Amino acid sequence: MSLALRLPTPARLGYSFNWVGRIGLAVILFWAVIAVIGPWIAPYPPGDMVDYDYFGPMSGQFWLGSDYLGRDILSRIVMGARYTVGIALAAVLLACAGGVVLGMIAAVIGGWFDTALSRFLDAFNGIPHLLFGLVVVAAVGSSIPILIVTLAAMYLPGSYRFARALAVNVNTMDFVTVARARGEGFGHIILREIFPNILGPVLADLGLRFVFIVLVLSGLSFLGLGVQPPHADWGALVRENIEGLSLGAPAVIFPSIAIASLTISVNMFIDNLPTRIRDRSE
Amino acid sequence: MLRSATTWILVGQRLGIALVTLLIVSFAVFFATELLPGDVAEVLLGQAATPEAVAGLRTAMGLDEPAIWRFLSWLGGLATGDLGMSYVNKMAVADLLSGRLMNTLRLAGIVTLVCVPVALTLGIAAAMWRGSWLDRLVSVLTISVISVPEFMVATLAVLVFAVWLDWLPALSFGVNVDSLGAMLRAYAMPVISLSFVVSAQMIRMTRAALIETINTPYVEMALLKGASRRRMVLGHALPNALGPIANAVALSLSYLVGGVIIVETIFNYPGVAKLMVDAVSTRDLPLIQSCAMIFCISYLLLITLADMIAILSNPRLRR
Repeated sequence: MSLALRLPTPARLGYSFNWVGRIGLAVILFWAVIAVIGPWIAPYPPGDMVDYDYFGPMSGQFWLGSDYLGRDILSRIVMGARYTVGIALAAVLLACAGGVVLGMIAAVIGGWFDTALSRFLDAFNGIPHLLFGLVVVAAVGSSIPILIVTLAAMYLPGSYRFARALAVNVNTMDFVTVARARGEGFGHIILREIFPNILGPVLADLGLRFVFIVLVLSGLSFLGLGVQPPHADWGALVRENIEGLSLGAPAVIFPSIAIASLTISVNMFIDNLPTRIRDRSE
Repeated sequence: MLRSATTWILVGQRLGIALVTLLIVSFAVFFATELLPGDVAEVLLGQAATPEAVAGLRTAMGLDEPAIWRFLSWLGGLATGDLGMSYVNKMAVADLLSGRLMNTLRLAGIVTLVCVPVALTLGIAAAMWRGSWLDRLVSVLTISVISVPEFMVATLAVLVFAVWLDWLPALSFGVNVDSLGAMLRAYAMPVISLSFVVSAQMIRMTRAALIETINTPYVEMALLKGASRRRMVLGHALPNALGPIANAVALSLSYLVGGVIIVETIFNYPGVAKLMVDAVSTRDLPLIQSCAMIFCISYLLLITLADMIAILSNPRLRR
């Protein structure tokens, strides 16, 4: 039986969402779809200068105005969704996969391995995230794989700590002791006994970490250290057009709204998850 | 109050952990910057450099020595206040930093003075009248501020205060602080933006800490014996929540570190963070390392302070 079959999706288990959670989910799905089909629905090529005016207003021809070079903002936001959502998703999956696996291993093995790993990762967490990104990008330059790995490295310790705390609790439960007495191996205990019982909270944690990663990625791009021109994620779009701010140009407002809509709706969705999913281990 | 020996052992332990963390962090900062592609000497001399010149400069800068040795001498320099020379403008890093550090500390100090009273009042009020319109409004506002990037808060502040209300100039903050008016103008926007970011965290954590205490049986007892809501919260719950709240304040102040990087860049405020971002674009390694260490130290200081407050204020944590 594969793991995917046992994911606690709301429909299968009969959990229902309230309307705030549903709105959040709808916005998340909207941006996910945009990120996938972006190139086909963008009205103009995102890199082409199509407007003779710069910081153009919203009009029938350019729905969200144009940027400092006269490029269409709608097309650039649609393409930016790919970078923002894609990079953040890859980074959060990497961070949580690493953190959860290490956390479960540390909880099951215990002893000095647990202590040493926890201390080391806690120390790593003592570096402010944005600062860490700044230093790494200063050192090795900015490219998309480096961004993904850096962001994942920033959030792995937090994910580890969260998963370890949950796994330690599950590890002391009777059914785990029984499995051990039955003679089950290390892999079985981690994958079959512990993992299904921490999955719900871990998924909620993944959502929150996704928000943090989107924020730090936008921050890095805003400082000019994230996605490099001519490509641009939403943070870079704000940076490019920041001079239009005093004109109140739509070119700087709409990318900001795009970031906010994504992060706020993920928060709304996570906050309104049915409590039985969030706190399954309790 | 009598503090037992174990308390001080625990506090000492926290300090020890902070020191070890600092060592690991400095290790990470040093080696992350050492990964710079290309040789520093080659970068400095440009493309026309002869191999002999590069080799000479490498020897002069001590780049031939093993990395671990350079790390130790760098660490020794840090401890004695010798931060090395900037590659770009050939000045001692300590001289470059001193003025900037004062500017950043002043900004952080003003933000702290503004934030703490406002955030504590709002957080306590929200917890006291939990579920009221005030609580809901505060919760929605804080969640919105927390879930958007710092630069967006600053951008919004510019839009509202400079573009729509026209009270302050947008994005034109110089260093001139000759008159009171000019000084207020120079500080107003950075302080407003940072205050929003930091107090949102503080309000949320204060509210959560107080509500946790309100949910305990003895506070419920106070309610059952007929104490008013005000008396129940301020008289019974608040004194016991002071520790967690102080912890929350110290923790939220650590958000200053990330916030200040963005805010100084946006408003061109001459502080350490602006210096560091500029150093990143010119790849001025000694400067980047020193700035990074300053930020890491202040961050660790705040987190350790929060931990120690938690230990000192909660006897249950010192088993």
